[in-house]
Amino acid sequence: MATEATTSTSDFIKNLGKMYGTYTGGFLAFILLLAFLEQAGVPNKILGYLFVFFTLAVYAIIGVMTRTAQVSEYYVAGRRVPAFYNGMATGADWMSAASFVGMAGTLFLLGYDGLAWVLGWTGGFVLVSILIGPYLRKFGAYTVPDFLSFRYGGNFARILGVIVLVACSFTYVTAQIYGTGLIASRFLGMQFELAVFAGLVGILLCAMLGGMRAVTWTQIAQYIVLIIAYLTPIVILSTMKYGIPLPQLTYGQAIADITAREQGMLASGLATAAALKPHIQPFINYSPLNFFAIIMCMMVGTASLPHILMRYFTTPSVREARQSVAWSLLFIFLLYFSAPAYAAFSKLEVYTNIIGRDLTAIRPWLFTWGELGLIQICGKNAASIDAVVAACKAIAGHPGVVRLQDFVINTDVIVLSTPEIAGLPYVISGLVAAGGLAAALSTADGLLLAIANALSHDIYYKMIDPNAPTIRRLTVARVLLVGVAVVAAATAATKPADILAMVGWAFSLAMAGNFPALVMGVWWKRTTAAGAVCGIIAGFGLCLFYLVTTRYFPGAGVKYFGMTSLLNPATGAPLVDIAKAMALPNAMESFPTLAHPLANKVGWFNLTNIACGLLGAPLGFLVIYVVSLLGREPSREMQAYVDDIRRPRGRTVLEEKTT
Amino acid sequence: MIDSTNLKEREVAHWAKTSRLMFTHLGIWFFFGFIIHMFVDPLNKMVIPILGFPLGFYMAAQGSLIVFVVMLFVFAKQQDRIDREFDFAEDD
Repeated sequence: MATEATTSTSDFIKNLGKMYGTYTGGFLAFILLLAFLEQAGVPNKILGYLFVFFTLAVYAIIGVMTRTAQVSEYYVAGRRVPAFYNGMATGADWMSAASFVGMAGTLFLLGYDGLAWVLGWTGGFVLVSILIGPYLRKFGAYTVPDFLSFRYGGNFARILGVIVLVACSFTYVTAQIYGTGLIASRFLGMQFELAVFAGLVGILLCAMLGGMRAVTWTQIAQYIVLIIAYLTPIVILSTMKYGIPLPQLTYGQAIADITAREQGMLASGLATAAALKPHIQPFINYSPLNFFAIIMCMMVGTASLPHILMRYFTTPSVREARQSVAWSLLFIFLLYFSAPAYAAFSKLEVYTNIIGRDLTAIRPWLFTWGELGLIQICGKNAASIDAVVAACKAIAGHPGVVRLQDFVINTDVIVLSTPEIAGLPYVISGLVAAGGLAAALSTADGLLLAIANALSHDIYYKMIDPNAPTIRRLTVARVLLVGVAVVAAATAATKPADILAMVGWAFSLAMAGNFPALVMGVWWKRTTAAGAVCGIIAGFGLCLFYLVTTRYFPGAGVKYFGMTSLLNPATGAPLVDIAKAMALPNAMESFPTLAHPLANKVGWFNLTNIACGLLGAPLGFLVIYVVSLLGREPSREMQAYVDDIRRPRGRTVLEEKTT
Repeated sequence: MIDSTNLKEREVAHWAKTSRLMFTHLGIWFFFGFIIHMFVDPLNKMVIPILGFPLGFYMAAQGSLIVFVVMLFVFAKQQDRIDREFDFAEDD
C-alpha cells in the first residue's frame, strides 16, 4: 500500500512537465477559440465571462483533485515540489494584483523613482537564499513561528511570531481580494461586492481541501496564465511599433522619444516646468534617502514575509530550496523587467497622441476609461469628446488642445488599456483581465494559507490541544481558513481607504518583526531567547509606532515626539506648514480622517512611513545583540541544533509524527 | 570513520567557507542594489549603443535584476560545492 502510494506520486512528479505543457497548450488553444468567437460576433461581455469562469474552473478542479487528508501534505505539500515548479509557484505567490496591474502605472507616474519598487521587489530573493530560506527548510518547520518557538524557547516567541505574521499578512490578503473585485468589476461590469465574493469562492476552492499541496499546483497554473497575459499585449505592441518582439529591448527607443517629446512640450508651452516630471530624471518623486530606504525595506521585507518563506519548506532538499529561489526570481524577473516597457510605451502614446492634440481629435480608446472616472481631462471624467470640450471650455484661457496639466490618469489603466492602445481585439483585453485575476488569486491563496496555518498549527495544535488527532487538526485548519477568508472578503467589500498603502506597510512590518530574529537565530549561536523576544518587540513596536503615529496621530507625533514635516523631494521645501496646521482646531484629532492635513506628511529624518522597517530592524538587531550578551549563552543542545540547521545532510531538526 | 572531533573541525571549516561566500554575495548584492544607483546621474550621461537606454536608468530597470538572477544560480552551485567538499551535502 505504502509503496504503491510512493510510486504513484513519483509518477506524478515525472509527468509534471507533460501535464503543465498540455495545460499551457490548452490555454493557448482556448485563447484562439475565443478570438475565433469574437470574429464570429460573440459580444465582448460574454467573452470576458468565458475567460474568467473557465480559468477559475480550472483552478478549482486542480484544487479539488489535489485534496489531501495528510498533515504534511496539507502544510508543506509533502516536501516534494521540484525546484523549478516551486519557483513558478513562488512567482505566482509573490506577484500580486499590485505587481500585475499597478507596477507599470507606478512607473508611468514616477519615472525613474518608480524603479525603487522594481529593485526592491526582486533583490530580496538574494537575501532569502543566502541568509534564511534553505536553513528553515533544513530545520523542518511547517510555519515561521515554528522556528521562532523552537529556537527561542517556547510559546511566547511563537505568539510574537504569529502576531507579526497576522499583522503583515491580513491587510495584504484583503488588498488581493479587493484587487479581484476591482478587476472583475471593471472588465465584466460585475458589481464590486459580488465580484469580491466570486473571487472568495475561487480562492477557497483552491486552498481549502488541499492546503499547501493544492495551492502549489494551482499557483503553477496561475503563473502560466499571468505571465502569458502580461507579455502578450506588450510583445505585440513592440512588434507593431519596432518590428522586434522584444519590448524589453525596444523601449529604450521609446524612452529617448519621450525625453525628446518632453523638451518639445516645454518649448511649445504644452507643459509647465512644474507639471512635467522628466521620465528618466532621478529623485524628483522620492528623496535619495527615501528611494534607497524603500528599496531596502522591500528587499529585506521579501526575506521576512512568511507566505514567501514557507514556499521553500516544500522542496525535497535544501539544495533544491536554493535552486528554487533562483528559479523564483527568474520567473518574477520576466514580469518585472517588462513593466517599465509598459510604462514607456503608454507614456509615449499619451505624450504624442493625446497631449497637444486638438480636443476633438483625441483617440477614442480613452473614453472607455474616462466613463469609469479613471481618466480625467480638464478636471472632468473624459467620457466623450463633448464632455472633454465642455470641461476645457470652462477653464479660462484654455487653448483648445490638451495640455499636460489637463490630463490625469489612474495608474491601474496603464496595463489594462495597452491592448486598446495597440488596437488589438477584445480577446487580448479579456486575457489581461484573466491574468490580473490569476495574480490576485494566487497571492491571496498563499497569504490565506499562511494566516490559517499559523492559527491552526501554532495556536490550536501547538498551544491549545497538542494531542489533537489528525482529522481534527485538518478540520480546524479548514474551518479557520474559511473564517479568515470571509473576514478578509467582508473587509475588502467595505472598500477601506488605506488598503493599497497597507501592502507597502506589510513589508516594513515583516522586516522589523521577523528579519533580525530569523537571521540571528541561524547566523549567531549566541543569540538567546530573551534577546530575540526583546528584539522582536522593540523592532516591530518601533515600526508600528512610527506607522500609526504618522498616519493616524500626526498631531501627537508633532507635539510629543518631535516629528517634523516631510520635505518635497524636488524643491526641498516642507510639504506642510506645521505651525499653521497645528493651530487648526482639528490638529490633534486623530483616527481615520484621511483629510487630516498632516497625515502621512510628518516624520523623523524626512523618512516616509512605508520605510519604517529601516528604523525597526536596526533597533531589533541591536536589542537582540545586547540582551543576548547580557544573558547566559544558549544551552549546548541548542547550539548543536543550530549546527544541525547549518548542515544540509541529515534529518530535519523538527520531526513531525506522521499519520 | 567520522569521529566527533573530526566532525567539529569539518563543521567549523564548512561554516567559515559558507560565511565567506555569504559576505561575498551580500557585497555584490549591496553594490548592485544600492551603490551603483547612487551614481545614476553620471551613468545616465552614457547611452547604451543601438538600444538607446541611458545607462543609469537601465541598471535600475534591468541591469541589476539580471545580476541578481545570475547571482542566485551561481550561489546555489557554489554553496552546494562547499557542502559536498565537507561531506555535508544531501544524497543526490
